[in-house]
Amino acid sequence: MFDLYVVIFFLWTAIALYLLLGGADFGVGIAELFSNKKNQERIHKIMYREMGPVWEANHMWLIIVIVILFVGFPQIYSTLSTYLHIPLLIMLLGIIARGTAFTFRHYDAVIDNWHKVYNKIFIYSSFITPFFLGIIAAATVSGTINTEATEFSTAYIWSWLTPFGIALGVFTSCICGYLACSYTISQIENEEEKKYIGKKVKIFLISVILSGGLVFACAGYQNLPLIRWIYGGVVGWAAVLFATLSAIGAFYCIYKNKYSAIRILAGFQVIMILLAVTYGHYPDLVLLKQGSLSLLSGENEPKTIKMLAWALILGSIFILPGVFHLIYSFQKKR
Amino acid sequence: MDDFIAARSQMALSLGFHIIFSCVGMVMPFFMAIAHCKYLKTGDKIYKGLTKAWSKGIAILFATGAVSGTMLSFELGQLWPKFMEHAGSIFGMPFSLEGTAFFVEAIALGFFLYGWGKLNPWFHWFTGLLVGISGLASGILVLAANAWMNSPAGFDFVNGEYLNVNPVKAMFNDAWFSQALHMIIAAFIATGFAVAGVHAFMILKGKNLVFHTKAFKIAAISASIAALIQPLSGDISAKDVSKRQPEKLAAMEAHFHTEKNADFILGGIVNENEHKVDYAIKIPGLLSFLSHGDFNAPVKGILDFPEQDRPPVAIVHYAFQIMIMLGVALMIISILYLLAIVKKKSWLSKKWLIKLFVMAAPLGYIALEAGWVVTEVGRQPWIIYKIMRTSEAVTPMPGIAYTFYLFTLIFMSLSLIVIFLLYRQIKMVPYLYDETDPKFIHKPTNK
Repeated sequence: MFDLYVVIFFLWTAIALYLLLGGADFGVGIAELFSNKKNQERIHKIMYREMGPVWEANHMWLIIVIVILFVGFPQIYSTLSTYLHIPLLIMLLGIIARGTAFTFRHYDAVIDNWHKVYNKIFIYSSFITPFFLGIIAAATVSGTINTEATEFSTAYIWSWLTPFGIALGVFTSCICGYLACSYTISQIENEEEKKYIGKKVKIFLISVILSGGLVFACAGYQNLPLIRWIYGGVVGWAAVLFATLSAIGAFYCIYKNKYSAIRILAGFQVIMILLAVTYGHYPDLVLLKQGSLSLLSGENEPKTIKMLAWALILGSIFILPGVFHLIYSFQKKR
Repeated sequence: MDDFIAARSQMALSLGFHIIFSCVGMVMPFFMAIAHCKYLKTGDKIYKGLTKAWSKGIAILFATGAVSGTMLSFELGQLWPKFMEHAGSIFGMPFSLEGTAFFVEAIALGFFLYGWGKLNPWFHWFTGLLVGISGLASGILVLAANAWMNSPAGFDFVNGEYLNVNPVKAMFNDAWFSQALHMIIAAFIATGFAVAGVHAFMILKGKNLVFHTKAFKIAAISASIAALIQPLSGDISAKDVSKRQPEKLAAMEAHFHTEKNADFILGGIVNENEHKVDYAIKIPGLLSFLSHGDFNAPVKGILDFPEQDRPPVAIVHYAFQIMIMLGVALMIISILYLLAIVKKKSWLSKKWLIKLFVMAAPLGYIALEAGWVVTEVGRQPWIIYKIMRTSEAVTPMPGIAYTFYLFTLIFMSLSLIVIFLLYRQIKMVPYLYDETDPKFIHKPTNK
């Protein structure tokens, strides 16, 4: 049983890190999307300086999530990939487009009009990918996946296309933009750049709060017990409280023009939101129309879970120091 | 298009595309590390430029490989949910280790690309080498997973249930070693000849001769050595396949009737109606010898297997022939080149030798893809050999034909962009990478 908890812990951590690090990467494109032409170039330059070296590593977390799912919880993986085929496909297209456009625009030896093309692809796919990640996340807890459906649209479209899904998609994109801006701002030394990105931080924080409200409204409209999940226990309450406090703290930082703590506040806030929404329905990972898929269903292979737990522990011993060293050494020596 | 065929085509396309980039990630870092080592030891600026140029190429190709790999980890479930539901926990072990290896590769690449002038030079060199080592490790691990489909192990299959799962035994299945060995050598051949071919082309055009000659030499020597070892690993593979998957061997050789002293068939056109191969070159007894080490050993023909268990003969046979013939061609070029280096130094400046390498540039990859067709199509109709049929594993979602068309479009455009980018990198060599060129632009930054 202990092994299983280790695996679940890593699953959650990998999701959290993907949201924090990969999310911030998507946020760069989203921040570019919501700014005028002149500033797009500026944001691009500033943020690339901050994110460049860690780009490849940030997106590996998604692979870790998927691998944990299909090795440890193959039933969950196969159900999700069957009924959420279409949104997963769109998200994948976004990942391909974004990843390649990002690399191409930095490694193209010649700088000409092609860069406009890479930029366009980069910006739009940076928005679409987290939007669909949100839709997929929403679909796993909406109880809309119908494993008995025979009709195409019921089985493969209404399983994910819901108001709640769209709201969560918007919310996720806002979070990404917020993370990207608040990560970069504490690194910027130029006052004018700082002021400009500071404005962005504020706008994204407000949009996070507004779209968060929208998520609750849509959940209410679809009769999802979101409020009960979140406020049903001490952990949920505490997480929401901490998230709110971090948001207030972030506003205070912006007001005082002191940005050094804002990246920690933003990261913390997002982690608390994730905790609040995931803790409520744990150990169920997926809620179907017919029942649910639990992480503790006991259908796992004990030997596989044990090996997976060890692989994850061993892997993190190799990986985590590397990731932190990478982030640290390039911040220090820039 | 039938959904099942569409799903198989999409999978084949995605794998075929991904393989090219993962091979580059496994091999090119080693070339780069050689050039980098030479720069650190001699201080020769040309090697520095070459290291940088190759590292840019690796970055472009690595990113493409990373996204296509991410996609594959989803496609496995999207296209073959029933397979993953049962196989995931059995053969998933190497994937979880591969995740680590791939992660290390990405981190090391981050260090390498952004580390110029910021890290201790030899540590910097090591991060580049580490890209190759971890790339190689992920390759071996993924091959272990694929080998499991050919040689399922680590569980008991009782009444349709998968019991007593042992992921370690599944990982070290019987096919693992021969497949990994053959593929890694193939990766060195394919990438080596491709890289050598590109630089050979630039030599022919007379551009930045010293730069391209140094690059050519590193790639060509590695490729040539690999091409000479490959027949040995091919022999191991052939004996292994004949033991484990006799149907596959029979299809590879379009060997229809069981017989002793079986001929080795080279080329020809498969006549599936009359169960023979027309216009082929036949070498008496060689098939018996290659598969069993005895000219008189009987080799089972494809007709002696139940019809519903037979792989398609023609495709597997042609793919196998392409692989062998290209392998032999590359081996001959390798022998000529190594001979030139050791004995006939005058050949090295001859145009015909350089031209041979230009022509050979795509051949390694064509052989490699053909080899995968043999492995994968030769395993049909099974997705897990003798346990689960491919048709039982396919997704219930209709309309896969459309996603197949979409993927085809994406892969085609991605390929075109990658080729275009690499072309631009090469065109910029005098400005960005060759410091001895008068056109070189000296920049203060290291980006």
